[in-house]
Amino acid sequence: MDAKKTSNHGRNAALLSILPGFGQFYNKQFVKGAIFLILTVSFFVAFYDTLNWGFWGLITLGEIPVLDHSIFLLIDGIIALIVTALGLIIYAFNFYDAYNNGKKRDLGLKLNSVREQYHNLLDNGFPYLMISPGFFLLVFVVIFPILFVVLLAFTNYDLYHSPPAKLVDWVGIQNFIDIFKLDLWRKTFFGVMGWTIVWTFVATTLQVALGIFLAILVNQKDLKGKAIIRTIFILPWAVPAFISILIFSGMFNETFGVINKTILDAIGIGPVPWMTEENWTRLALIFIQSWLGFPFIFAMTTGVLQSIPDELYEAATVDGATILQKFTKITLPLVLFATAPIIITQYTFNFNNFNVIFLFNGGGPAIPGQNAGGSDILISWIYKLTMTSAQYGKAAAVTMILSLIVITVALWQFRRTKSFQEEDLM
Amino acid sequence: MSMKKNKMIRLTFSYLIIALMSFIVIYPLLWVVGSSLNPGQSLSGSTMFPKNPTFDHYKYLFDLEKSNYVKWYWNSLKISTLTMILTVMTVSLTAYSFSRYRFIGRKNGLLTFLILQMIPNFAALIAIFVLATRTGLIDTHLGLILVYVGGQIPMNTWLMKGYLDTIPKELDESAKMDGASHLRVFWQIVMPLAKPIVAVVALFSFIAPFGDFILARILLRTDEKFTMAVGLYEMVAKQFGNEFTKFAAGSVLIAIPIAALFLMFQKYFVSGLTAGGTKG
Repeated sequence: MDAKKTSNHGRNAALLSILPGFGQFYNKQFVKGAIFLILTVSFFVAFYDTLNWGFWGLITLGEIPVLDHSIFLLIDGIIALIVTALGLIIYAFNFYDAYNNGKKRDLGLKLNSVREQYHNLLDNGFPYLMISPGFFLLVFVVIFPILFVVLLAFTNYDLYHSPPAKLVDWVGIQNFIDIFKLDLWRKTFFGVMGWTIVWTFVATTLQVALGIFLAILVNQKDLKGKAIIRTIFILPWAVPAFISILIFSGMFNETFGVINKTILDAIGIGPVPWMTEENWTRLALIFIQSWLGFPFIFAMTTGVLQSIPDELYEAATVDGATILQKFTKITLPLVLFATAPIIITQYTFNFNNFNVIFLFNGGGPAIPGQNAGGSDILISWIYKLTMTSAQYGKAAAVTMILSLIVITVALWQFRRTKSFQEEDLM
Repeated sequence: MSMKKNKMIRLTFSYLIIALMSFIVIYPLLWVVGSSLNPGQSLSGSTMFPKNPTFDHYKYLFDLEKSNYVKWYWNSLKISTLTMILTVMTVSLTAYSFSRYRFIGRKNGLLTFLILQMIPNFAALIAIFVLATRTGLIDTHLGLILVYVGGQIPMNTWLMKGYLDTIPKELDESAKMDGASHLRVFWQIVMPLAKPIVAVVALFSFIAPFGDFILARILLRTDEKFTMAVGLYEMVAKQFGNEFTKFAAGSVLIAIPIAALFLMFQKYFVSGLTAGGTKG
């Protein structure tokens, strides 16, 4: 008891660790301490230039046009940020280790020998070793771009501020203010946003409803030829989507397309301006997405239907349930329950369904008074802002808004799914 | 009597709806086959059942001097296969660690993956474009493959982790008792049992790059480096449908093998996605 009160090895070791390695020296773990110290010194020696240059670039974004390339400086700045984060992780581990071993001494426990430490390192380090290839790839192709976009949203990077001839500057939240205040931008943003929401809900709901309806229809017991019908209905999913969309864009062509020329002509309707009239394009897009998307839901639902035991229906029949009752009380709840998570991912998928919008009509037709086409959704508008009008800063700001929406919806969804509540994770 | 009549009406209506749907599904597919056999070049003169069908467009596509089609085909296959191999390797390692080990940062890592899988990685297309330009990876297949693999890791890790969690841990513990190393437990005990999910991940990571348009479009610049999706799009977009019949022939050649492959593996797709959906 007495010894415990007087010794404060845990605290002392942690305090000494402000200089990496010294906490370990205090704990008389000299080899480990030396490794920490050497790591720290070599970190600063190796990365001094990277960090110095990177942070200077990140703060100023360059001072002399032509000589300083703002965007490259931004990239170097992000690399400096990532290096700093990795360094801080090791630094934190140094504290943690010194404190833990100090605590052990407080409790009068023996510390591991060098040999045991080595084996520990191998055992505990193994998962990190396994994760590292995936982790590094993720840092560079996913996390790095995200950081870049976040930072870019606060700059004025566009056609008129484009390095190397000109410098890019930090402008705070000016991009967001512009999007909501300037007439052209506000009109475009809310127009595109509105259509994105309508598109997401109408197209997805339609494809889900059609898929479930057809699955139930084909699953009727006394229906013949199930196998061949199911194969036909899966076809739109099997053919690569980009091909189907391009085929449709040919079929819907106003002057030569088979829809205007043959099908509508046969029922006596004149040519419809599918590609030049905003609302007709939207209608065609919703039709195409239903065509593309229903087979997936169809296949899922068929799987669920086949797993519902017949006894359930027989019991219901005995109790005098009508067909409608059986449907609303047994079939539909079971199907919706089993496919709910997938249905929600369909909504997030369509929210970002670039392919169908862009390949069908390039987001067009063009609309006077705004800088997005009539069928552009947020993601295809971002593409246009980046690739055609070089409004990089604004595009990044819109990307941030889009990501916030997706993350909010998705987190809300996953909070409700099973694995998220698993104690294993949380 | 009336029950029998009811049944008749119900079945007739069902068949009518099915017939209509089948027509809507099959018509565009047949139409493109028909277009590809038309002698003319453009959309305007093409009919679904040409009077004098020709295979000229197919021959043209295989003429290496006139068309890059064979190159695109090869590029797509190469990129998809390499993406698949790299994805399966990295995802197996990551999913195994997340499933079997308890280490500092595990919880946060899993949460990060969960959030990352929700944002499509092409949302950051400006960044990918600039970064690729900076590192000289623009217009290279390597750059494209790396972006694909990185983008696939989060979702597939969750998918595979969910499956690995169902393989009893007692198996690897007893193997460790017998003195098996970490790597050996992974390679000889757990992985052989995880073959079904490895197949699903392989399938997903092969198909995804194949159907991708936007990333390939941003990163690839020269005609002969294009993938199938970008190449066929250029064919349609470039000359306002003047090469439409050639495009149709190209579509048929790519759609048939992919659709056949797909129908063969369809069961796995459904099971894989259901597993992923309910488990996370």
